[in-house]
Amino acid sequence: MEPSILAVTILWTLLFIYAMLGSLDFGAGFWGMIYGKNDQTSASQIANRFLSPTWEVTNVFFVIFVVALVSFFPFATTMLGSLLLLPVGMGLLLLTIRTTFMVFANHANKYRDLLIITSGLTGLIIPALLVSMLPITLGGFVEIVDDYPQLLYGELLTHPTLYMHIAFGLTTELFISAVFLMDYSKEAEDWSAYQTYRKHALWLGPVSIIIAILTIETMPADAAWFVDSVKGNPIWFGLSLLFFLLGYAFLFIKGKNGRKGLARLAVLSIIIQYGIAIYAYGSAHLPYLIYPDLTVGGSFTNPTVFYKLLIVYAGGFAILIPAFILFWRLFLKDQRYLKQP
Amino acid sequence: MDIVVMARVLFGSSMGFHIIYATIGVGLPIMIILAEVMYWIKKDEHYALMAKRWTKGFAILLAVSIASGTIVAVLLSLLFPNFMEIVGQVISLPFQLEIFAFLIEAVFMSIYLYAADRLPQGLRVLSITLVAMGATASAILITDVHAWMNTPAGFDISEDGTITNVNVWNAFFNPSFGVTAIHVTLSAYMTVAFLIASIAAIRLMKRHLSSEERSYHKKALMIALYFGAAMSLATAINGHETAQMLHEENPRKLAAAEGLFETTRYAGLSIGGYTSLEDQEVKYAIEIPNALSFLAGDRFDTEVIGLNEYPEELWPPLYVHILFNIMVGIGTLLIVLSLAALFWKHVLKREFPGWMLALLVVSGPLAVIAIEAGWCFSCIGRQPWTITDVLPTAEAATGSSSVGILLISFLTLYVVLLFVTGFVMRYYFKRNPMEQELTAGNG
Ligand code: HDD
Ligand code: HEM
Ligand code: HEM
Repeated sequence: MEPSILAVTILWTLLFIYAMLGSLDFGAGFWGMIYGKNDQTSASQIANRFLSPTWEVTNVFFVIFVVALVSFFPFATTMLGSLLLLPVGMGLLLLTIRTTFMVFANHANKYRDLLIITSGLTGLIIPALLVSMLPITLGGFVEIVDDYPQLLYGELLTHPTLYMHIAFGLTTELFISAVFLMDYSKEAEDWSAYQTYRKHALWLGPVSIIIAILTIETMPADAAWFVDSVKGNPIWFGLSLLFFLLGYAFLFIKGKNGRKGLARLAVLSIIIQYGIAIYAYGSAHLPYLIYPDLTVGGSFTNPTVFYKLLIVYAGGFAILIPAFILFWRLFLKDQRYLKQP
Repeated sequence: MDIVVMARVLFGSSMGFHIIYATIGVGLPIMIILAEVMYWIKKDEHYALMAKRWTKGFAILLAVSIASGTIVAVLLSLLFPNFMEIVGQVISLPFQLEIFAFLIEAVFMSIYLYAADRLPQGLRVLSITLVAMGATASAILITDVHAWMNTPAGFDISEDGTITNVNVWNAFFNPSFGVTAIHVTLSAYMTVAFLIASIAAIRLMKRHLSSEERSYHKKALMIALYFGAAMSLATAINGHETAQMLHEENPRKLAAAEGLFETTRYAGLSIGGYTSLEDQEVKYAIEIPNALSFLAGDRFDTEVIGLNEYPEELWPPLYVHILFNIMVGIGTLLIVLSLAALFWKHVLKREFPGWMLALLVVSGPLAVIAIEAGWCFSCIGRQPWTITDVLPTAEAATGSSSVGILLISFLTLYVVLLFVTGFVMRYYFKRNPMEQELTAGNG
């Protein structure tokens, strides 16, 4: 494989991991807010119990993605930095508010409601901002003035594809987190929360798929290269759809305990679905980072440095795997943690 | 304001904000380990409680240090894209390694925080040790990038800015990395020790204190004083080496720090005052003859380079002399203060008088001011370069006109967060007074 293609593949992998973790994290924040006041179900407790120990790890993956982008593709920083200064800057602002308020909520009970609502709402706005970067890369929203790239805010903000992308991002986020929290509630044997999340997964799944398909239809004329590329490669997108149907079907199958839904298998299928979809999206996006000005090959660092970095990644993750296993056991498996009152 | 200036102000203030929390993040785990170790040795419940309460405080502050760290990491690419273009080619290794340090810290912090009661003692101490190692490692690694900006190495750059002959390890082990990394680490440890001393001193100044509480806060104060004295001495000794490194690697910065214009042997050290451009000297300073030459080269006849060897447009702003003096002055003061307090306790064997407690109360904030002054000295003293003699700041910065609105939003955010964290800390520790936790722990 070309080193630059390998690098962009790693980048998409990191994006995939962050998209999954981020969906869980932001989604859990949102569900925590929705069910915060509701005494009927413990859905909010389950969401917060998951969120407390995990948000830091999620945040690190965001940083990994940014650092990998800059170190694999240093020649892309000038353009990306100029285009994304405002949206990313605003995202950072909200992310800071969310992170700090979420942690503060655990330490200042009196203001808990306000803090939780703030972190829940930002749990929707931040992902919306993040997915709105995608249409920018597809072409048509960037103009080069005096050698200096400018984002055409007017065109972007009035174009339906922006809103379809946002709708797609949000429904996906909520769907993934609902399916996952369903599994998490099952592990904690909390059946009222389980029913709540299953109910939401049932409607969010089909809605997210329909929106995904509609989103492709709303892409601007400049993105024709991308749409063609997607349509020319139906196998991967088909496979992704197949895994969705599989995962959705698992929500209806009765398990050993007589309740509907094989949560663990559903989660796995959905994760595979999005893994395939992101790779399909990524390969359709080649060779551009931003169409038509920035290509993968043109912004790549020098290969020797790249291979040194790869060794660091391999070594680093190898050392961390035992730590992740311990983490998993303590927070996602240990009944004493899951079932605390 | 000019866009470049706004970008510099935005980045500088973001770093100034991050460093407060980050320094605490580096130093506090060490204090927690010290408390855990004391508990192990003395089997005194007070130390266990100290570790527990400091961890709670740490958890609150960690949220802000992670959030603000994420801000600076991303802002660096957004505001100084041309700088990051070179960083990405030459010195991305420490950034990558830093992430693993963050991951280790994040994973074990969650474990220490949310699973401590489910872990055996050994594994618990191991977790907090890994947190401390992760935090210190991340500080050292980020300092590496900063050191490389001051004394760049490991690449060649041609006229048109093309980078060749990259040697990752030469860049990593650039000439100022060693001393600078040690200086940053030691000064972070010392700062947190004095912050803890401050809090304990505030409590001890209260009139109505049960004997239990009094004894608890005294123990905390003593740990902090011992560690603080040791670390402030070490910081000063290593600071001296840092100044010698400047003498070797970047004499222009040392000259600006000391307000020295003419190259001389037997150069004197000016303490205090401000550097006057018209008179080419430091005004209203106390002058110690020959001291600067001795500091720079361990000999009175060492030749120290003055600013006039360089064209004036390459001089850093002359007020860096003040920043440098603030750092060194506070460092010296805190050594004296902590040694005096220990002397009082162990040789005179007397209780601390009110005025000494009052001085101890301000020691923590003073140390934070020293950190801020030191960093601002280091970054502003590098001007007009972002990478010394390679990349001028004006060329490193973005030209995007959105910087202004971000500047205003972020400054507001920082002010609000400073207040809110203070408020949440107070609220939490008021709600959970130490005595109540102690009885709850025993019961
Ligand atoms: C509690 C904080 C603290 C204290 C008491 C001191 N320092 Fe410091 N100093 C720092 C905290 C710091 C710092 C904030 O950590 C800096 C900024 C950049 C760096 O590498 O460390 C720094 C930088 C710094 C530099 C500039 C390095 C460069 O720009 O490359 C020098 C020459 C010194 N220090 C020297 C000293 C001396 C002679 C001290 C005598 C007491 C001293 N410092 C005390
Ligand atoms: C010498 C100055 C600095 C020190 C001592 C320092 C130290 C720290 C510490 C202790 C943390 C908390 C770590 C954690 O628990 O994850 C932190 C967070 C962070 N810092 Fe800094 N930092 C410094 C400067 C910087 C700079 C210049 C950058 C950006 C380039 C940066 C990027 C980050 C990031 C991205 C995080 C968040 C990591 C996460 O997501 O967990 N830091 N820093
Ligand atoms: C942690 C405490 C730090 C503080 C308080 C601080 C402060 C500042 C200030 C005030 C400026 C503006 C200087 C000017 O333009 O006149 C600045 C610039 C800058 N600093 Fe630092 N800094 C810190 C650490 C770091 C570290 C660790 C790095 C390296 C990763 C770094 C990289 C930069 C860069 C790239 C600039 C912008 C370009 C320039 O002005 O040279 N800073 N910093």
